[in-house]
Amino acid sequence: MTDALLQVDDLRVTFAVGGREVRAVDGVSFTVDPGRTLAIIGESGSGKTVCCRAILGLLPTGTAIGGSARLRGAELLGLSDAELRRYRGSDIAMVFQDPARSLNPTMRVGLQITEAIRTHRKVDRREAHTQAIELLRLVRMPAAERRFDEYPHQLSGGMRQRVMIAIALACRPKLLVADEATTALDVTTQAQIMELLLDLQTELDMALILISHDMGLAASYSDEVLVMYAGKIVEQAPATRLFGAEGAVRMRYTRALLDAIPHLERPAHAELPVVGGRPPDPTTRLPGCSFAPRCASAADDCLAKAPALLEHAPGHRWACWHPCENGVAS
Amino acid sequence: MSGKHSMNDRSGQAGDQLVAGEPLLSARDVVQEFVVRARGGVREGVVQAVSGVSFDVMPGETLGIVGETGSGKSTLARALLQAPRPKSGSVVFRGADLTKLRGGKLLRARRHMQFVFQDPFSSLDPKWKVRSIVEEPLIAYRTGGMKTRRERVSELLDLVGLDPVRYAKRHPRELSGGQAQRVAIARALALSPSLIICDEAVSSLDVLIQAQVLNLFEKLRGELGLSYLFIAHDLALVKQVSDRVAVMYLGKLCEVGPGDAVYREPLHPYTRALLDSIPSTEPGDRRRSSTIKGEPPSPINPPSGCRFRTRCPRATEQCALEEPMPRELAPGHLVACHFPLSQPAPAITGAVPAKETVL
Repeated sequence: MTDALLQVDDLRVTFAVGGREVRAVDGVSFTVDPGRTLAIIGESGSGKTVCCRAILGLLPTGTAIGGSARLRGAELLGLSDAELRRYRGSDIAMVFQDPARSLNPTMRVGLQITEAIRTHRKVDRREAHTQAIELLRLVRMPAAERRFDEYPHQLSGGMRQRVMIAIALACRPKLLVADEATTALDVTTQAQIMELLLDLQTELDMALILISHDMGLAASYSDEVLVMYAGKIVEQAPATRLFGAEGAVRMRYTRALLDAIPHLERPAHAELPVVGGRPPDPTTRLPGCSFAPRCASAADDCLAKAPALLEHAPGHRWACWHPCENGVAS
Repeated sequence: MSGKHSMNDRSGQAGDQLVAGEPLLSARDVVQEFVVRARGGVREGVVQAVSGVSFDVMPGETLGIVGETGSGKSTLARALLQAPRPKSGSVVFRGADLTKLRGGKLLRARRHMQFVFQDPFSSLDPKWKVRSIVEEPLIAYRTGGMKTRRERVSELLDLVGLDPVRYAKRHPRELSGGQAQRVAIARALALSPSLIICDEAVSSLDVLIQAQVLNLFEKLRGELGLSYLFIAHDLALVKQVSDRVAVMYLGKLCEVGPGDAVYREPLHPYTRALLDSIPSTEPGDRRRSSTIKGEPPSPINPPSGCRFRTRCPRATEQCALEEPMPRELAPGHLVACHFPLSQPAPAITGAVPAKETVL
């Protein structure tokens, strides 16, 4: 069964920081099907970004990466930079959070797009120029020809992110990883960029991985949601199941993330349900469930043994000894 | 909630007579402009960051201000604090017009108005210990001896939920984002202020930590009777903590009203667009046609008439010619729009383009 576009199995990433091991990603497995959208949700430090960077080979040398990540059956992990370059850009591309920092401030934006085109394809300057303008039009950049000759500082945040998307799309990737791509943008701009990504997804038949801390974004725009905590997947389900009316959230951490979002329906000054504490120190490993110290319904077994991530219902995996019933914490 | 809500009320028509008690803070026609200079110091243009903003904050009340990047909300907050002073307008705080005070008098008046910024790590001195950071305002205002100051610091750290024994001697780098923001809040509370201005105070925090800090703000409001001016770009967040919500666009307030009314029956098309842009937790609720297009125009050369008209789906010729004045359409609910959403759309609609729509 290799229908999946991307198949990640038991991915492990360990950094050595000051002689201590930091397990950033600890046994993560998931698949992405062609043309589908997967949202990876978690707090800072949950390992969601590291996970995707490991797949693209963007982690610093010396990082221990284990497991496997196969793109249409071809293994990506362990490839040299030169070999990976065949896939990067043309099969998988990534859009980062801060477009101001990922664009070269001293280079006109048009050249940065043609550079991406000419790295992967043998086309002459004029052809690359035409393609770049087309890409800028594709990402709905207003006055594309004029923007081509401008520098990043002359563009607004939303326009810079459009340029980043244009660069990422230069070689029509089959999978686009958007790492907090709209987090730094205003809500109205975020909505525009998300609509754009979804339109492009249909136009180019592209799969999308949305990395975000925002449950709302996941609910509104993804097919499948994967929740990470302390380097592990704690719950995974189709968005319709997780956010549907019946409320199928099983994992208390997922519930907490959902509850903490400010809702317009909630009366002013209402106390928000909170979870105390902080994520565990990644250098120490707990024998039990890593969320247990913060979990309201943690029992002795939670601290003693870590629950495995199992598929308890079709398409719905969770790792909890005492899951919530009907999405409501008992 | 108070009965008095004025906005850009230049003419004074917006219910100044409805005063129920004295406002704690009363801003009138605050204008802030910055001159942009090209190479060689040649005057290139004037950024109209805040253009005639008026509002009141009543004692114990939380007023939320929402707006996008560049709407002038942070500039407004700084203008209230007189750092820098606004170009014109008045800021009456606890009965004194801050714009007319100088030196020691201004310092004394401002003591009761404190600020909490977005990024705690850049607003806390990295070389200082938590104890010294929280103590600094007490020293600056020569409050008590060293012993009483130290006691006050412990009390403040306790109040914001940090154990003084564990945290007083730490440096900011040894704190998490949420803890550092608590230290910033403790510092703001040191002088027992009556008003705290929060400028995106929880925006850089993770959602679970954000909820903890929001609850802390609510707790302090109840215990200390604080008023807040809560500035953020997230309408849902602002609505959560505010009694009244003001929506700001390109240097002007376009709608002010009770939080629930602004959310349930928005009157300004821009408020509607902001509401529509919030991702909901309803699955598959992804396509909304009413999302506004484009980006805000430049504040250097803002559109004539209504500043939102270049992106407004309801704009007509009138919107380009005439600036809409704030009108009170429901009790305490004001809007600056010729064609508010409570009325049927005008016959010929569509955004009226400015000379220069894009920046």
